[in-house]
Amino acid sequence: MTQHASESTETTPGTGTQRVKRGMAEQLKGGVIMDVVTPEQARIAEDAGAVAVMALERVPADIRAQGGIARMSDPDMIESIIGAVSIPVMAKARIGHFVEAQVLQALGVDYIDESEVLTPADEAHHIAKSAFTVPFVCGATDLGEALRRIAEGAAMIRSKGEAGTGNVVEATRHMRQIRGDIKRLSTLDETELFVAAKELRAPHDLVVEVARRGALPVVLFTAGGIATPADAAMMMQLGAQGVFVGSGIFKSGDPAQRAAAIVQATTFFDDPQVIAKVSRGLGEPMVGINVSTLPESERYATRGW
Amino acid sequence: MSGAALVSAPLVGVLALQGDVREHVAALTAAGARAQPVRRPAELAEVDGLVVPGGESTTMAKLAARFGMLAPLRAAVRAGLPVYGSCAGMIMLADTVLDAPADQETIGGLDVTVRRNAFGRQVDSFETEVVIAGLDGPPVHAVFIRAPWVEEAGPGVEVLGRVEGGPADGKIVAVRQGRLVATSFHPELTGDPRVHALFVELVRAARARDLSSDGAGAGVGGGGGELLRE
Repeated sequence: MTQHASESTETTPGTGTQRVKRGMAEQLKGGVIMDVVTPEQARIAEDAGAVAVMALERVPADIRAQGGIARMSDPDMIESIIGAVSIPVMAKARIGHFVEAQVLQALGVDYIDESEVLTPADEAHHIAKSAFTVPFVCGATDLGEALRRIAEGAAMIRSKGEAGTGNVVEATRHMRQIRGDIKRLSTLDETELFVAAKELRAPHDLVVEVARRGALPVVLFTAGGIATPADAAMMMQLGAQGVFVGSGIFKSGDPAQRAAAIVQATTFFDDPQVIAKVSRGLGEPMVGINVSTLPESERYATRGW
Repeated sequence: MSGAALVSAPLVGVLALQGDVREHVAALTAAGARAQPVRRPAELAEVDGLVVPGGESTTMAKLAARFGMLAPLRAAVRAGLPVYGSCAGMIMLADTVLDAPADQETIGGLDVTVRRNAFGRQVDSFETEVVIAGLDGPPVHAVFIRAPWVEEAGPGVEVLGRVEGGPADGKIVAVRQGRLVATSFHPELTGDPRVHALFVELVRAARARDLSSDGAGAGVGGGGGELLRE
């Protein structure tokens, strides 16, 4: 009972391999992935230069405001977005909800985000992701969590941040934490790495691999609270290889212009002249929430284990 | 022209607007070139050759246009700069692109019609062996990720490789025209430097030829293929 993925009927040899799953994320590097809830928004995102869109019914800010159980989106809605754009389409499944993942794979989405932004469907288990043909991205707050997800088959990691707040502080915390954890590993000797694996609650072989490479074995993006071009560039300077923007674009005053500005700031993340230029005249950013006033029960980053 | 310039490793840029830039830099270095990211016209002017990496071609095209790179890239290709494009890079080099947004611009120069996402969506992405003309040793292990293929190739285009077997049997996935090379797949992801070495050799030969022809530069296309066979 370990195979949750549906068997494909006509399998082309060589599909769904670790290399094509991780390689897909490599192609997204230096890019911006944008949350969209309609085909029109998807086209605006594509026009702005997004490398992919995340199809969902409500952006995190609305999920936060409206409450209730947040689930996988309606297949009709996902299909309409797949039909609207030529760039990759991602979609979210609830943590542990392997049947939502099977459905998303059947719909032909290009990447599944097993996401803490939706209400978890399993309080102990994440989806066994290796068995699927479609690749998965998962959130992490530290290196141990990232490696547990990679062991389950995640082909891409994103920092969790605190989605739907428009506040970058948690994304900063998680990027610094992951980066710091990786740096620390690279200073340890062979004996100490066994203890590190125990402390990180992560597989020893992955811990050794990270220590040797000085980096995760998969692409690391950032997410959760990015609202401005400068936010995106800061995350890139902190070591992110690309950016997810959720509510920050379509909850702002001028989504098309803000989307294009964040794309440009992500490419020229190390050039303050460019960031200054694209940051002008963007209109109102999303309002935002002070994370320190959020009660523990409303923090998404604590979902997942 | 100094002798030192002739013997030093060629400097090959990797267009770094978006995509798997780091992997191409590593592959070029393994193939004996010096490699550096290129995002601005001034950086483009420094290099002996250029790689357009894998990534999202719509994103690259928009960023190239917005930051004034499209015209310099087109001029460089016309002036005979050797360019290798993998996956999205193949799309960027193609004269004609199918299944793209109506306004998608390319650098162009390669007389081919390329179909985007031709093999399907990500669940159809795959790896297989492809025989590449002009490469010694076993077939190249090729990784196709939402990859394009060449639907039509003009008379001056040399087909270097095709998919064998499966639903896409016979589709063209590697081409060369003069100093332009393109593959649908990603040799930068497999640790096999042979495709990059082929391109670095082309860059080396093109540079030697341009230097010996008194800096007059090469004509459009035509030269690289002959140079490789010399």
